[in-house]
Amino acid sequence: MRHAQILKNCSVIFFNSNIMANFTLNINGKKQQVDVDPNTPLLWVLRDHLNLVGTKYGCGIAACGACTIHLQGVAVRSCMLPVSQVGNQAVTTIEGLSENGGHPVQQAWLEHDVPQCGYCQAGQIMNAAAFLKANPSPSDEDIESAMSGNICRCGTYLRIKAAIKSAAAG
Amino acid sequence: MTLIKTTYNRRSFLKTTTLAGGGMLLGFSWLASCNPTPEEALAMPEEWFDINAFLKIGDNGIVTIMSPNPEFGQNVITSMPMIVAEELDVDWKNVVVEQAPFNSEKYTRQFTGGSQGIRRGWEGLRMAGASARQMLREAAAQAWQVPVEETSTEAGVVHHKASGRSLGYGEIASAAAQVPVPEEVQLKEVKDFRIVGTSRKNVRGREIVTGKPLFGVDYRREGMLFAMIAHPPAFGLKLKSVDDTAARAMPGIKDIFTIKTYKEGYEKGYFDTDAFPELVAVAGESTWQVMNAKKALNIEWEPIADSTETLNVFGNKQTVHIPAGRENTTDHIAEMEKMAAGPGEAPRRDGDPETAFQTAAKVIERTYSAPFLAHNCMEPMNFFAHVTEGKAELAGPTQAPEIMEQTLSARLGLPLEKIEIHLTRMGGGFGRRAYGHHMVEAALISQKVNAPVQLFYSREDDMTFGIYRPTYQITYRAALDADNNLIAFHVKGGGIPEHSVFPDRFPAGAVDNYLAEAWKIDSNITIGAFRAPRSNFTAGAEQSFLDEVAEIAGKDPIEFRLELLERAQNNPVGENNDYDPARYAGVLELVREKSGWGQEQPGVHRGLSAYFCHNTYVAQVLDLAIENGKPVVKRVCCAIDCGIVINPDAATNMAEGAIVDGIGNAFYGAMSFKDGVPEKTNFDTYRLIRMNEAPKQIDVHFVQNEIAPTGMGEPPFPPVFGALANALYKATGKRHYHQPFLGEQRMLG
Ligand code: FES
Ligand code: FES
Repeated sequence: MRHAQILKNCSVIFFNSNIMANFTLNINGKKQQVDVDPNTPLLWVLRDHLNLVGTKYGCGIAACGACTIHLQGVAVRSCMLPVSQVGNQAVTTIEGLSENGGHPVQQAWLEHDVPQCGYCQAGQIMNAAAFLKANPSPSDEDIESAMSGNICRCGTYLRIKAAIKSAAAG
Repeated sequence: MTLIKTTYNRRSFLKTTTLAGGGMLLGFSWLASCNPTPEEALAMPEEWFDINAFLKIGDNGIVTIMSPNPEFGQNVITSMPMIVAEELDVDWKNVVVEQAPFNSEKYTRQFTGGSQGIRRGWEGLRMAGASARQMLREAAAQAWQVPVEETSTEAGVVHHKASGRSLGYGEIASAAAQVPVPEEVQLKEVKDFRIVGTSRKNVRGREIVTGKPLFGVDYRREGMLFAMIAHPPAFGLKLKSVDDTAARAMPGIKDIFTIKTYKEGYEKGYFDTDAFPELVAVAGESTWQVMNAKKALNIEWEPIADSTETLNVFGNKQTVHIPAGRENTTDHIAEMEKMAAGPGEAPRRDGDPETAFQTAAKVIERTYSAPFLAHNCMEPMNFFAHVTEGKAELAGPTQAPEIMEQTLSARLGLPLEKIEIHLTRMGGGFGRRAYGHHMVEAALISQKVNAPVQLFYSREDDMTFGIYRPTYQITYRAALDADNNLIAFHVKGGGIPEHSVFPDRFPAGAVDNYLAEAWKIDSNITIGAFRAPRSNFTAGAEQSFLDEVAEIAGKDPIEFRLELLERAQNNPVGENNDYDPARYAGVLELVREKSGWGQEQPGVHRGLSAYFCHNTYVAQVLDLAIENGKPVVKRVCCAIDCGIVINPDAATNMAEGAIVDGIGNAFYGAMSFKDGVPEKTNFDTYRLIRMNEAPKQIDVHFVQNEIAPTGMGEPPFPPVFGALANALYKATGKRHYHQPFLGEQRMLG
């Protein structure tokens, strides 16, 4: 839902994909320059051009949450966010969430030994971190409704929920 | 102590070099990709000494343990090294784990599937640790000039109690590496275990939560191109021609060409399943460019002809008929109904079932079905390949490197030793990654473009490429006498293109008159192993049926099963019964106690199920409530007998995931076809369970025993389909015979 809002605030322009353009992005506190087709989703800019592969592809249609990043601190799905819409907004990826996994959400994930395969977890953590910032003491229902956009094919939902509660409790 | 001969693949214990030179593998080692916090950082040794294929010891006592099997979330990367560390007698905090490279000279069965990793790895892993421990003791005994019997070990230190001397493993590692591999080793008693049986955190936890490059899709190489394939949009079609003029002209595109996954006349193996062996490949500089070029391809497809194929199933040749045509789910259902009414093959018959059914006081007959399912591994199929003159290097997520090495060798015309496969962490597998067509595709693309390549499937490619869980139908009949005793049982099942009947499983052996029958229908839609193959359907159907039979017989569902198991224990019918009735009864008794069976809460509806597959026994009680017209799973209580539990919290995580997965598939899972076209292509239409639909609570309990361990990946999955169906019946008064139970209809009527 937040994703939709952010996109609505942007004026979406579609570019001819044969044209390349230069973008200066603000990623994990660093300026990064890329020369890409303006329609390229941020996900692929991160993965293919900047070698920030922690952000994952799961569906490409904003249906699974694997590609969740923060845009100005808000959780956004990078698979449908054209790089041309990012501008100088601050992008945070899993690599930039903390030094050494010290973010309370990452710590809670370790404490509850959440992951199975682990593939969805960067997206889960990014979504949970943004959610907890907006709602520091959520109910179970709040957690469920905030996290139900993120698929975990391995079924680690109970641990994710428990970890979010731990992180909220501090 | 158990004294055992070190017969297990002795080559793995042969030392080629003693000094490993600190060589860490790839970019996937713990050291390379993890930034431990200062207090967690282990001081790294200056020298490593290879003791055997499973472990090396650093001069400072740090031990590196190789986890031999591919990892896809089952957490063998933690539990397998725990077994080695246990027998080595080392402090777990001084252990570093690495994924072993694929190497069939050094390791046996580097295969992930069938829940067999721990079961079949157990002895070898223990021996690897125990023989190293023995070598360390011998080295210390030599240094001290004392008999080796007088030495003992404790947490990484060898002691000579009589003289009060001790040496850390690191101090004698270099000498130990020179000691001949012992012919026999002593294994610990279960009661002395200090690591096995205690919960240890996932050794890759920190790397996962910090987004380190662990997965196949994260693999990068200088000069690497990205590639995708285009495959027929429907089963029953093949490539006719391709016009790539527009796509070729697009930016970043390096090459577009067709590939044939197998050579003409190649005899396919069991994991070479592939409905689409001729593909269009697009290679370019970035994923996005390749995706766009793929859309600009102009491809013509044509119908396949009816054909037969010889499949070499591990030396056993089978002929498979692949019919032409574009299949429909509605036709599948009608064909299955027709086959179910005809005669089947009968792999087992006890007593005189026909007469028993004729003379029965009551006969109960019910039919169950389930659709095709897509695996939907969260990380779609992908593989890295770099094929050069006379050599092929691959890296990526595979459950079956040993098997795919053979396929690659046949296709590329390279000897096995010229094919190197690196194992990356897999973003899920569920059976799908035992099949390796995409590994061959990646290699062929790299060969053609003469560059390192990462082949990547979009979600749509992944979901529509086939290798699905088959669709099944099964009919059960039960005969009760006037006293409600079960006197005959008949199971007749089939599917497209395989059936799901296990003739020797419960309740075979517990009923005097028993008949199992099976049938199947050919199809051009490909199928593959899916978490607990066949059991994943049969368990739910059988356990729903037994629930209904118990109800009609006026018996408590647990009591009803226990009576049958008692019969199978004391006076079994037939000889090939594929379960231990006492262990089966054990999980039922444990779940009865732990779930508070018989103390029902108002508004909470309970369903029971129990199943044995993949060598592990599982019983579950599922509590369901209807809230706002929707079924809500409040709690699942699960009892498991998998023998010794290596890593209890990790095993619990597996069971939780299997239960969530089972509930999701039972409620929503389905792949359907129209004119051969898979009707679902992505997660907007293929519904997977989400957090708000998962059970609110899952309690997992293990039977405590000292039986050699068995697997956890599959067994907790199949029974939950039955527990859910039985609870839904209690809640709604309606039996659910056909999966998915809810589908897109989100409200219960
Ligand atoms: S990859 Fe972006 S939501 Fe699935
Ligand atoms: S841990 Fe595997 S998809 Fe979530």
